[in-house]
Amino acid sequence: MSAAAKDDTKENARDISADAPRTISSHLDLDTPEKPYLDSNELIINMGPQHPATHGVLRVILKLDGEKVLGTECVIGYLHRGVEKIAENRTYAMFNPYVDRMDYVAAVSNGLGYCEAVEKLLNVEAPPRADYIRVILTELNRMASHQLWLGTHALDIGAMTPLFYTFRDREEILKIFEKYCGARLTTHAFRIGGCLYETYAGFEKDVQKFLTFVAPKIDEYEELLTTNRIWLERTKNVGVISGEHCIALGVTGPVLRASGVKWDLRKAQPYAAYAKFDFEVPTGENGDTYDRYLVRMEEMRQSLRIIEQAVNSIPEGPIMAKVPKVIKPPVGEIYHSIEAPKGELGYFIVSDGSTQPYRVRVRPPSFVNLQALDVMVRGLLVADVIAVIGTIDIVLGEVDR
Amino acid sequence: MPNFIMSYLGSTVTPGEAGNQFWALVYILIIFAGVSLAVVAMNWFERKALAHFQIRLGPMRVGPHGLLQPIADAIKLMLKEDIIPAEADQFVFWVAPLIGLLAAFTVYIVIPFGPSQAVSDMNIGVLFMLGVSSLGVLGIVVAGWASNSHYPLIGALRSSAQMVSYEVAMGLAVVSAVLMTSMNDKGTGTLSMIGIVEAQQRQGVWFIFKFFPLGFIAFVCFVIAMIAETNRAPFDMAEAESELTAGYHTEYSGLRWSLFMLAEYAAMIAVSSIAVTLWLGGWLRPFPNLLQAPAWDFVFSLFPGLTFGALAAIAVIGALRMPAHFYFKVQRIGLAAFAALLGLIALYLLVIAIAGRSSDATVAARFRDGIDYVYWFLFKVALFMYLFIWLRATWPRYRFDQLMRVGWKVLLPITLVVLILTAVVGVMVS
Repeated sequence: MSAAAKDDTKENARDISADAPRTISSHLDLDTPEKPYLDSNELIINMGPQHPATHGVLRVILKLDGEKVLGTECVIGYLHRGVEKIAENRTYAMFNPYVDRMDYVAAVSNGLGYCEAVEKLLNVEAPPRADYIRVILTELNRMASHQLWLGTHALDIGAMTPLFYTFRDREEILKIFEKYCGARLTTHAFRIGGCLYETYAGFEKDVQKFLTFVAPKIDEYEELLTTNRIWLERTKNVGVISGEHCIALGVTGPVLRASGVKWDLRKAQPYAAYAKFDFEVPTGENGDTYDRYLVRMEEMRQSLRIIEQAVNSIPEGPIMAKVPKVIKPPVGEIYHSIEAPKGELGYFIVSDGSTQPYRVRVRPPSFVNLQALDVMVRGLLVADVIAVIGTIDIVLGEVDR
Repeated sequence: MPNFIMSYLGSTVTPGEAGNQFWALVYILIIFAGVSLAVVAMNWFERKALAHFQIRLGPMRVGPHGLLQPIADAIKLMLKEDIIPAEADQFVFWVAPLIGLLAAFTVYIVIPFGPSQAVSDMNIGVLFMLGVSSLGVLGIVVAGWASNSHYPLIGALRSSAQMVSYEVAMGLAVVSAVLMTSMNDKGTGTLSMIGIVEAQQRQGVWFIFKFFPLGFIAFVCFVIAMIAETNRAPFDMAEAESELTAGYHTEYSGLRWSLFMLAEYAAMIAVSSIAVTLWLGGWLRPFPNLLQAPAWDFVFSLFPGLTFGALAAIAVIGALRMPAHFYFKVQRIGLAAFAALLGLIALYLLVIAIAGRSSDATVAARFRDGIDYVYWFLFKVALFMYLFIWLRATWPRYRFDQLMRVGWKVLLPITLVVLILTAVVGVMVS
């Protein structure tokens, strides 16, 4: 290597370390004010990545006028692990556990979406019993995800106690997962083509017991919050977003439904065994934080209904479809999406006919929903930013992937 | 016992009034140590009570049932590195926690634990109390400003706005209580804290029940304002962990941080003491007018001993229920020793209550009365402390603008109307 080239490298290195601009490009006009900040009218605050209420490592740059929010800018990527890229170097079956690490509070849903997408690509169908097991576990996971959301959301707004109640009850769900597949959080519960494990002895009884256990607990959460004056004041008319706005931004899940749009993939394009069950899709009217709270509370009850029906009518039979040992889907591409607890979770998989996917693209609900943050919080106060981050229900593992 | 101690125990006035500076100093030291100890106890109790609200156990490892946890925490805080941020205003940063602490502790000068169990009986006691307790906000504002950081600054601004607005409602509620003292035979009121309790004794009614529901409304308004004043949940906007990381003390660490905590808890006890003095009859035992017979006096004088007895019993049960594992052997011995200590105190108090009754010696009788007074006062304050924890465990946090709205648009008009009505009713009655 010549001396000139070496110098060049050196210069480049210095460019990156010392002279690289310290500010990030942003629509907020983040130029350092020339006056010290106490004299300036606008305050620019970094909320996160280390902050007790940004649900992990979300960094929100707030532009404030006193306490009023003039604008926000989300900086993400602190938890980026390149999950989509990893997929290109793994076989289809090997990539399956990775999807659990995206939305780690709803790992079962992630696995379901991925498995079904690959099944579609392979043109196989999971047997009915596997579908039922999938529905039961996925709905249990929806409960768990909503419980975790409720606890942390309430904690963000200042109510400490619901967190512990929801965690106590979520524990029962995790116990069922643990008994079923040995893992509590990142379960890897399903395999391409069905389920690997048959339900353990007493699975139905455990689930039934959980149903009777948790129904009054949901009332208990509601007792603490639903009619609480402070809770009402903190959530009503906070973070309002209209249905049109939601659709324009691609927002899905409870956030969309709370804005009055009745869109649930379980009903709209039923997957697994959802077509066989009778359940309601709760919607809100105002699209505010309180409506999103009510929608999720009702969804928990609807999940219980689905689980009850599934457990009572679970068919006998095989749990694994005939899938080749080496999964080699034909050349083609597929987009399959399911209704994860947080919204539409889609997998776009391109196959080049080899054992490894050519490209996997995930459409994570948290990532898309997070776009709505700026729309929701403009003109509100700092405290509302926290409430709105909580109500969008993001998981940073999924946002950053 | 030396003569001068006995002479003081038989005294009927506060050291301040007697001009006895030595005893005033002793009292100040006792109060300082007592409040610090109470803060430590409160720390443990809050963690345990909060834990039980939240189906947890709370501290369990350091000492039996975590009894030594506050001490461990104190040692940890003292050993921690004391960071002063480079950009901070060094001197102001240094002095801020002291201001808060000073304000919180100075209020205790006028708080009457009994008719003569106070450092001083100032004739402007209420005014002094309001003035000094509102100085506490200065420590917070100064701390937020000196940190030269965003979150503390916002916390400090919130806190100052909050305290200024709740001070008004608080003051008006206090005035309506002061007004009630003037409904006596002479027609003159008093601002002295001892005078206020004595007025309740003379009129035979605690001010919370006087002109029902006027006194009660004023009391409730005061309690709301005092929770806001001490920055406790659901008004803990200045700290607001989930919003401002730690609010005004984000940049503080170690001993300095613990001084803020000490000031916060001392302020909580102080404002509760004020509420007890103004509305709940201060050191007076319950039902002073309904159950007047000397026999009832005797029954109520047994309460201090019985309370400690109950605590001792709880400790004994705790010791018996310890698991059999070797690890818990030391803990069991420790808890048993603690139970024995509580039991001895209980025994002593019971002996005093019974023996003091039969003896005619003024000193012994007054000593027994003093214990009763202090006991009932602290008992009522303890109920307030529980209320603080209860609220913290139950409610979400108000938003800043809502808090101001409650202060200015709800509490202020209510306290104003109550004040006017109290005056009108008072004039009509007398």
